[in-house]
Amino acid sequence: MHKHEIVEKNLGLMIVLIVLAISGGFLVEVVPLFFLKETNEPVEGLEPYTALELEGRDIYIREGCHVCHTQQIRPFRAETERYGHYSVAGEFVYDRPFLWGSKRTGPDLARVGGRYSDAWQRQHLYDPRSVVPESNMPAFPWLFEDRVDHTKTAGKMETLQTLGVPYTDEQIANAEDEVKGKFEIEALVAYLQQLGTVITEKR
Amino acid sequence: MSTFWSIWISVIVLGTIFGCAWLLWAVRKSQTTDVETDRTMGHSFDGIEEYDNPMPKWWLYLFLATCVFALGYLALYPGLGNWKGLLGWTAHNQWEAEVAEAEEKFGEIYAQYGDTPVAELADNEDALKIGQRLFANNCAVCHGTAARGQVGFPNLTDDDWLYGGTPEAILETLHNGRMGNMPAKGVMPNMTNEQVDQVVNYVLSFSGREKDAEAAEAGKAVFAQGCAACHGPGGKGMEAVGAPNLTDDVWLYGSTYEWIKETVVNGRQNQMPAQSGRLTDDQIQILAAYVYSLSND
Repeated sequence: MHKHEIVEKNLGLMIVLIVLAISGGFLVEVVPLFFLKETNEPVEGLEPYTALELEGRDIYIREGCHVCHTQQIRPFRAETERYGHYSVAGEFVYDRPFLWGSKRTGPDLARVGGRYSDAWQRQHLYDPRSVVPESNMPAFPWLFEDRVDHTKTAGKMETLQTLGVPYTDEQIANAEDEVKGKFEIEALVAYLQQLGTVITEKR
Repeated sequence: MSTFWSIWISVIVLGTIFGCAWLLWAVRKSQTTDVETDRTMGHSFDGIEEYDNPMPKWWLYLFLATCVFALGYLALYPGLGNWKGLLGWTAHNQWEAEVAEAEEKFGEIYAQYGDTPVAELADNEDALKIGQRLFANNCAVCHGTAARGQVGFPNLTDDDWLYGGTPEAILETLHNGRMGNMPAKGVMPNMTNEQVDQVVNYVLSFSGREKDAEAAEAGKAVFAQGCAACHGPGGKGMEAVGAPNLTDDVWLYGSTYEWIKETVVNGRQNQMPAQSGRLTDDQIQILAAYVYSLSND
């Protein structure tokens, strides 16, 4: 009788040991983050998204912007020179889910807010190559024709409120009026123009 | 991090490492022979059998080495809760060192140009090379790699300036940005459709391109009331508010009847983002010299 047969021939024991073995990393690397101040508390000055920005964010997700654009500046000089201060966890506490992304086909957008004018953003989204000839970004002309769906905005904000985002009841009550009749491009540009603007210093 | 989570992490991490070492040791202890034989484990599935041989020694020692490496790593780097590691390494420290190294290397180069007047710097080949790269990285996305601009974004290579082309004006534009705002129908919100047609014709007449001379004549009064406050009585523009000169052949938004009509009816909003804080003062100085050099050879 080999000792390892104790494990190999007792299915229940093996399952327990496998679960233990593979959960070690999760227990050490992920679970404590749920309880840490650094990852749970917003950086100073961070405000929840306005109704329009929130709808813009959902358009950002719908159009798959996060597939080609990251929203996370890593602490390397090459990145901070180009994009600004590296991203910190406290900037993302109201992001559900966060849109860090994992691949940069286009540049990082974590601090794109205020970097270009509204006019530039609109023109670039309507026809990227009209302003950046070498760009391979797709055009999004329908954003200029379609209106934001205002019927679900308040519901989204209520859900986020339940999850701990400090929306006031007043903000939720006004949400529908704030986005009603707005074009999708307006919402998206509003979202883009606030990205990363809480931390303004370069270092 | 609280003491609880610090201990939580440390116990699980160290427990895992010593657990692995113990497992290796236990397996080693339980083996019945040190030499390789033909003996099998005694089971056969689809004719496949398994030898009952000890782990090769080199392999066993590699496993042990990973355990030792892990302990060494955890002593040197922050991995055990609040333990900072003997090297004191953090991602922020590493980044600061990287930046400090670059500043030492490039800071002098920037500093030597930072105090030079823009006009003088514009004759310095080396400074202009740096300026050209800064421009490509920070400005070309709107103004184009050749700085010739495009619809809505000014050409920087000509002699026409919205806010002035002096070194001081260029520096001000770069440092603090500019907000261009032409209200719809100028300062005459009740402009009728007929008056729009007249004023567009009048604007076209500055360059001799009016479609309807009569309307252009009538547009003079409309222009005086709705447009002259910013563009000046003769349409020559006003640098203080960035109102373009309408009498030359440089057009930010297109020069046809339709384009001008759209501009009049809907107004134009534009913005040059401020670069202070994004770029250092020295970099802005060099950029200003580069932009200045484009139209001042």
